Amino acid sequence: MPQIASQSALLVRQLRKAYKDVVAVDGLDLEVRTGECFGLLGPNGAGKTTTVEICEGLTAPDSGEVEVLGRRWSSDAAQLRQRLGIQLQDTQLSEKLTVRETVRLFRSFFRQGAEASAVIARVQLEEKQNSRVGDLSGGQKQRLALACALVGDPDFLFLDEPTTGLDPQARRQLWELIEKFKESGRTILLTTHYMDEAEHLCDRVAIMDHGKVIALGTPRALIASTCAEHMVEFTAGTVSHTLDVAALRRIDGVREVRPENGAVVLQVAELHTAVPALLAELTRQNVPLTELRTHSATLEDVFVTLTGRHLRDE
Amino acid sequence: MSDQTISDVRAGMAERNSPRAPSLADHPLVQLTLVRFLEFVREPEALFWVFVFPLLLAAGLGIAFRNRPAEVLKIAVAAPELAQSLRQEKLLDVQQMNVEAAQEALRTGKVALLAVPGPGGTVEYRYDDTNPEGRAARLLADRAIQKAAGRVDPVATSDVWMREPGSRYIDFLIPGLLGMNLMGSAIWSMGFAIVDARRKKLLKRLVASPMPRPYYLLSFLLSRILLLVAEVGVLVGFGALFFHVPVRGSLADLAVLCVLSSLSFAALGLLLASRARTIEAASGLMNIVMMPMWIASGVFFSSQKFPDGMQPFIKVLPLTAVIDALRANMLQGANLAQLAPQAGIILFWLVICFALALKLFRWR
Repeated sequence: MPQIASQSALLVRQLRKAYKDVVAVDGLDLEVRTGECFGLLGPNGAGKTTTVEICEGLTAPDSGEVEVLGRRWSSDAAQLRQRLGIQLQDTQLSEKLTVRETVRLFRSFFRQGAEASAVIARVQLEEKQNSRVGDLSGGQKQRLALACALVGDPDFLFLDEPTTGLDPQARRQLWELIEKFKESGRTILLTTHYMDEAEHLCDRVAIMDHGKVIALGTPRALIASTCAEHMVEFTAGTVSHTLDVAALRRIDGVREVRPENGAVVLQVAELHTAVPALLAELTRQNVPLTELRTHSATLEDVFVTLTGRHLRDE
Repeated sequence: MSDQTISDVRAGMAERNSPRAPSLADHPLVQLTLVRFLEFVREPEALFWVFVFPLLLAAGLGIAFRNRPAEVLKIAVAAPELAQSLRQEKLLDVQQMNVEAAQEALRTGKVALLAVPGPGGTVEYRYDDTNPEGRAARLLADRAIQKAAGRVDPVATSDVWMREPGSRYIDFLIPGLLGMNLMGSAIWSMGFAIVDARRKKLLKRLVASPMPRPYYLLSFLLSRILLLVAEVGVLVGFGALFFHVPVRGSLADLAVLCVLSSLSFAALGLLLASRARTIEAASGLMNIVMMPMWIASGVFFSSQKFPDGMQPFIKVLPLTAVIDALRANMLQGANLAQLAPQAGIILFWLVICFALALKLFRWR
């Protein structure tokens, strides 16, 4: 193995890219280690795709440096292309070709890699290999796009929103395929605006907003560092009996209190002490409880805590 | 994960280094050309426009403008004794009717001439003197009537008929349609395929792979030449088989002309498709470029019909050069050396369009 294994697969320094009226990437620093699955998480328009396309050598940055597998696009583009597997956001492959013809075409561009049939088997499309691309379901199309990315047996796989628009079953199937690739020790850079996808697949996550990284770490660490472990969401009170929100902050173990769409969201350290204390407080205020939900904190909660917005605020 | 374990995992993936005999079929240029070809033949509409439509057009126009063995002119006659004399003339189809009906038939063009007996054994011919058929009918009818009345020609004459393939309308038409087809299929197939791939971000995806970019453009030209054999063969074969349209020049010269023309139009198509992001924009651009040539370049009628002042501009249009060269090859048997001016114009367009297209082309 080349010494690259112990280095960074991707190094980005002070990357900047502006379009006519908007700064898409604003002084971004990023490091992806060899062998890890790294997630770029953020809402639409955060600059994820621009960042990835600069790393893929498809877009020229205004300034900043990018090093992929220890090489630069300016000098080693041809060698780099051979070693990268790329799946772009919403590419439509030719509908009149069959799965096999499509994979075979992409295979012909690479010097190394498995036979087309082996790659088709790897993405579980054997039964569809003679079907026209136009006849595939959304999930099958995404798996074909993955096959076209894997066909050169890449050291580094770029996946830009691989499961956007897919149903839950198709997403899980794609996750399994990505995990299998991960097990072979190769590097993945993945963008998504699904927090569960990032938590499920990624070793480390960078949360992006307005062209900058606003948080970086493992999903667990991010959740632990910026907020408590659990979220309690409830609705209480009537017109005559309004809730005294300030009193909730004094409950033991409550880290934050945030009103949201008529409900109240509490970040708490431990459910088994916080929930009884909350109920006792409501009883003391004589305010009726109408709804109560709890869930473990997610990357979504991290994003909301950091920005005050949801990931998918349309 | 240490280097050791990564190597182990990689070795465990059996297919990673599976030996592959390098075959020509796996060459990217071959694959790209094959894919282009498959995409085309799987598009029934494209097949219709490229292969069936020109044949229908040629057949339709060939039948409409066919040369009748000898033109028979219809005339109307208002008196039975006149009709009898006129029926002696085989080139006239004589119909007897009353004057009102005959006048109506003349006005609507059903007959070319109306013969009415006048006072004192005279005959009056009514016809449109600006209509060649009317004038011809006047001569034939007069000859028949004078002969029947006993006129004897002082000079003995005889006729030799020169009906030669190559001088009929269908002979003029087939090379014109061939040129038009070469232009249309090259420009449409290049333009639509490229703009569609750009719109679907397929171009961007291909550029993200290690595909050699010139191969992509080259594959279009190669698949064009593959299809050209069929396109030219079908139309020229159809003309030869059903209408005996001659190919007097060498077939090799004809092939060279067709390949050169097709490449030139493909380069024009590439140029037109180099920036457009939507099919609508591209097809508007293509129509603007092709329309003047459909009209002026002599597909259906000679470009000489346009005023002298326009001739220099018409002459340098690529389709004019292509059609002039094809007609000269097929009908007059001209060789490539004699067609150097036309070939020069075609080559000029090929170089200019291709160079501009390479400069302007956008992959996304």
